[in-house]
Amino acid sequence: MQITTQEQKRVSIMSVSGRVDSATAPDLETELKKLVESDKTQIVLDLKDVEYMSSAGLRAMVSTLKAVKRVNGDLRLAAPSPRVEEVLRLAGLTSIFSIHPNRDEAVASF
Amino acid sequence: MGRTLTVPGRYDRLEQICAFVAEAAMESGLDETAVSRCQLAVDEACTNIIEHGYGGENLGDIEITCHAQVGELKIIIQDHAQRFDPNAVPEPDLNASVDEMKIGGLGLYFMRQVMDSVEFSYENNGNRLVLVKRKEN
Repeated sequence: MQITTQEQKRVSIMSVSGRVDSATAPDLETELKKLVESDKTQIVLDLKDVEYMSSAGLRAMVSTLKAVKRVNGDLRLAAPSPRVEEVLRLAGLTSIFSIHPNRDEAVASF
Repeated sequence: MGRTLTVPGRYDRLEQICAFVAEAAMESGLDETAVSRCQLAVDEACTNIIEHGYGGENLGDIEITCHAQVGELKIIIQDHAQRFDPNAVPEPDLNASVDEMKIGGLGLYFMRQVMDSVEFSYENNGNRLVLVKRKEN
């Protein structure tokens, strides 16, 4: 799994690629936590290149969502593949997360 | 005839396990979605074995056996961990608000959602999980 982060106006865009499973999700959670601790609480998670996600990945995203919501921020998702979208749907998270078809729309939604 | 993969219970082996299951699923003639679902179910099962069964990584092996028949894949996952009672795992509350949301219990829930059959037993000094996925007509 690879993670890159960039800033666009007041939004942090974290792009993730590869597998997000129990081996790699802790790293994702750590990187998301670093953003939150730096007061970067408007976050877009670009999932375009995430080929696989298990519930471990969901855990990382949900804990971050809780943290940013507490300070009136948000974690919005961009471009999940059908496979990742199914995992989100199975967990009942498609109505909890703001999900956008691409990164630009997710950023613009802030 | 089944094929068996035995790996140490470690999270960095999940990718190998998923690839093993995907190959068998494709041999059974399952479509792309079904292949993905088999991988997810096995990933979640093995994660639970490591986290809850063994209580951590490198504390026991996991054996995954795939029986690929035309139109059906049977996956048997055997561990040597403490006995697991699937009835003791509460169903996740998928209607919880963001603050109340917990992600615990999702693994077992996912398995039941995506597989046609999920059966647990305790034998060979460990838990035996049999997952079945059939081709949709």
